[in-house]
Amino acid sequence: MARRERPLSPHLQVYRPQITSMLSIVHRMTGVALTAGILVLTYWLSSATYGAEAFATAQVVMGSWIGQVVLWGLVFALFYHLSNGIRHMLWDTGRYLDMSSVRSTGYIMVAAAVILTVATIAAGYGMLRG
Amino acid sequence: MEMRSPLSRARGLGSTGDGYGHWWLERMSAIALVPLTLWFAWAMTGLVGADLAALKAWAGRGQNAVLLILMISAGLHHWSMGLTVVLEDYVHAEKIRVGAIITVKLAAVLLAALNIFAVLKLVFGS
Repeated sequence: MARRERPLSPHLQVYRPQITSMLSIVHRMTGVALTAGILVLTYWLSSATYGAEAFATAQVVMGSWIGQVVLWGLVFALFYHLSNGIRHMLWDTGRYLDMSSVRSTGYIMVAAAVILTVATIAAGYGMLRG
Repeated sequence: MEMRSPLSRARGLGSTGDGYGHWWLERMSAIALVPLTLWFAWAMTGLVGADLAALKAWAGRGQNAVLLILMISAGLHHWSMGLTVVLEDYVHAEKIRVGAIITVKLAAVLLAALNIFAVLKLVFGS
């Protein structure tokens, strides 16, 4: 089939960064970042199939400072993607698509993600104290 | 301006060749993942610092193992579809794009098998 000459949209850099576009690209970035979450879960669960010692080692890795930082990041990525995913579902119903709603739901979504992240991390450390 | 050829419009498959089926399945898995993700995050906080015996006890309690398998399945399904869209959008060299999409889809199945096996071993293993 002959290739048609199609108009090109303006390139990305001509736009000033805006809350709408930033929140949108972070949704994709968190989604891609959760690939690491899947790999961490796979490592952690699979280690249990090699016995108590292997699983204990995995728990030490998770509890190391770098492990903790990665887990905090993954928790935030998970809740950001979840919160913004719910925002996308609202849009899929055809509502909240005007500019002021897009902005306000954006702020609510980020706040929800932060609250859920802090609550989850606090619950995790609560377990350590017993 | 009409951007689509008459044939393209009649086929109704869009630029990636599979119509709205992909979009729909991505939403289906997203809906399932809302409660599953909240459960998963809460459940994992309870396993911080656990030893293998505690993990096995957790997996054997209630529907934890079933929920974890659902989380793994829905999550990896959603992951492979989401990553496919990202690759379709940003990788313009067709051979690399198709190769990467095939890799993602096979990896999703492999990772699902590894994780589900691990869960089953927790429950049924000695």
